[in-house]
Amino acid sequence: MSTHDHSTLTATRPDFAAIAAWIPPGASVLDLGCGDGSLLRYLQGTSKVQGYGVEISDDNIVACIQNQVNVIQGDLESGLSGFESNAFDYVILSQTLQATRHTEPLMQEMLRVGREGIVSFPNFGYWRNRMNILQGNMPVSEDLPYQWYDTPNIHLCTLHDFETFCHDNKMTILDRRVMTGDSEIKLLPNLLGSTAVYRFKRAV
Amino acid sequence: MNASNSIGIVSAQHAHFNTPFSCKSGAVLPSYELVYETYGTLNSDKSNAVLVCHALSGHHHVAGYYADDLKNVGWWDTMIGPGKPIDTEKFFVIGLNNLGGCHGSTGPISINPATGKPYGASFPVVTVEDWVESQAHLADKLGINQFAAVLGGSLGGMQALQWSLAYPGRVRHVLAIASAPRLTAQNIAFNDVARNAILTDPDFYGGNYYEHGVVPTRGLRLARMLGHITYLSNDAMADKFGRGLRSDKYSYSYDIDFEIESYLRYQGDKFAAYFDANTYLLMTKALDYFDPAREYNDDLNKAFAAARANFLVLSFTTDWRFAPERSRAIVKALLHNRLKVSYAEITSTHGHDSFLMQHTHYHNVMRAYFDNIASEFTA
Repeated sequence: MSTHDHSTLTATRPDFAAIAAWIPPGASVLDLGCGDGSLLRYLQGTSKVQGYGVEISDDNIVACIQNQVNVIQGDLESGLSGFESNAFDYVILSQTLQATRHTEPLMQEMLRVGREGIVSFPNFGYWRNRMNILQGNMPVSEDLPYQWYDTPNIHLCTLHDFETFCHDNKMTILDRRVMTGDSEIKLLPNLLGSTAVYRFKRAV
Repeated sequence: MNASNSIGIVSAQHAHFNTPFSCKSGAVLPSYELVYETYGTLNSDKSNAVLVCHALSGHHHVAGYYADDLKNVGWWDTMIGPGKPIDTEKFFVIGLNNLGGCHGSTGPISINPATGKPYGASFPVVTVEDWVESQAHLADKLGINQFAAVLGGSLGGMQALQWSLAYPGRVRHVLAIASAPRLTAQNIAFNDVARNAILTDPDFYGGNYYEHGVVPTRGLRLARMLGHITYLSNDAMADKFGRGLRSDKYSYSYDIDFEIESYLRYQGDKFAAYFDANTYLLMTKALDYFDPAREYNDDLNKAFAAARANFLVLSFTTDWRFAPERSRAIVKALLHNRLKVSYAEITSTHGHDSFLMQHTHYHNVMRAYFDNIASEFTA
C-alpha cells in the first residue's frame, strides 16, 4: 500500500506486541498493506506464524523478500479476490485502515478470507488531536505525521466510530488494546489512547 | 552492481544417455544426447545448483560468450554472472538445450541411428514433462540430487513448475517468470497459426525437408513474425516504431513502407536462418499440451498438492501473451496448498519479452530472492 510510505517500520512498534499476544503459534496470517514485512517477520519470530503479506509498492516487495517474508503484490482497493474464503486464521490491517478508500468492503473481505480480523489505527479522538482541532488546526503528531495536504489518511475515525461501524456491519469485537506510546490505556481510552488495536469476527 | 561483469568464456558440454527414453506420448528414443553449459562451481555438498530452463527459442548458451565467437553472448547474461542477481560466485548454474531442440541436443535434425537419416517428422512430440524427466537424468549424471532452484521464463517457467510436481524432493525453490499454469485458447490459437505457416510451406515436405535440401523458410519466418508481435506490447511497438516510414512517402505498393514491417521481416529472416522448423512445431505443441490440472479435473489446487518447493512467481504488466492474471492463478493454487510463495507484478513496457530484459526492479527482486537462497546453504 502507498499507505506505508512511512515504511521505516521497526519491530518495536507498540501494536506489534499487542497483535502478537493474540496470535497462537503456527497460525496462518495475512497482513494487508504489510509494508516492508516487519510485522510478519516479528510474528514469524514470536509465534512461528505461517504468514503472507500483501503490498502494492515495488520497493516494499523487495524489502519483504529481503526480510524473508512471503509477499503478494496487489492493490487492496481492488479486493482480495486472489485469496480463497476462510483461507487464514487471521487477517491483519495494521495502521492502514485509515488510508483505504474502499474501507467498508475491505473490512468485509477481511472476514471472508480470515476467521478473525485484526485492525490497528490511530485514534482520531485522542485528546491531543482534539486539542489541535480546538486550536483550529488539523492534528499532526507521531501517529498522524502528515499535513492536511499530503496525508494518505482519508478515513480517520475514533474508537467510538470504529465500534459503531463494527456493530452496524455485523462484526463482533473480541478484544481491544488501546495504547499511547508503549503504555496501555484502560481509563477513558477514546480520550487518552493514541492508537487502538481490535480483534473481531463476523457476528453469528 | 557489476552489471557488466560476465562469467567470461564458456564452452558447451555434451551428455550421452544410452538408456532408452520413453516419452509421454508413448514414443521411445533409443538413446539421446543433451548439450549444456555450466557456470560457477558446484559446492562440496552439491547444494548450490541452479537449473535454467529455456523458452520457445532458447538454448543452453545462457551466459558468457565463446572463445571463438565473442559476440555470441548468452541469452540471460544480464541475469547470470559474477555479482549479478544469480551470482555465479555463489551458485552453480546449469543451462541446457531441451530434447527436440536444434542447438545440439537430440532433436529432429539429429540422425536417427535406426535409419541413418535425420529424424525429421518422425521425432516424437515431446512435452514439458518429458523435458523435466530428461533434465532429471542430466542432474543424476552431474551428481545433483536436489537443486537449490529451478527457474525459467515463459515455457521455461512451465518446466520449473513441472519440477515442483514431478520431483518435489529435488527442488527447493521454483521461479516461474512470465509463465502460466496452462495456455488459454487465444494463446493456443496463436501457436496454431504459427504452425500452419510452417506446415503449409511447400518446402516443408511433411517435416522431411532435410532430405530435399530445403528449409521451410517462409513458414518459419511468418511464424516468428507472428510470435514476435505477441511478445511485444502495443505501447512498446508504438514507442519504438509508431507509424514511422522507411522513406518519407508511401510507395503505393506492397513493399516495405513502415519501420515495423522492416523490423518484423528482419526478425523473421534472422530467425528462419538458424532455427529448425520441426523444433519450432514441437516447442509450440509442448506449450499447448502443458496443463498439470488436466488430470485433476481441471483443479489446479489439486495439481499442486504434491509440490513442496518455495516459489517466486513474477509477471509483467504489459505481457498479454502470458498475462499477470495467469501468474496469479498459479499463486492462488500455491496459497491454497499453504506453500511459501512471493509474487511480484513488474511494471514494464516490454510485454512478454520483459523477462529477458535488464530492468532494475525486476533484477532487484531476483537478487533479493537468490540472496535468500544463498543464505540457506552458506549459513
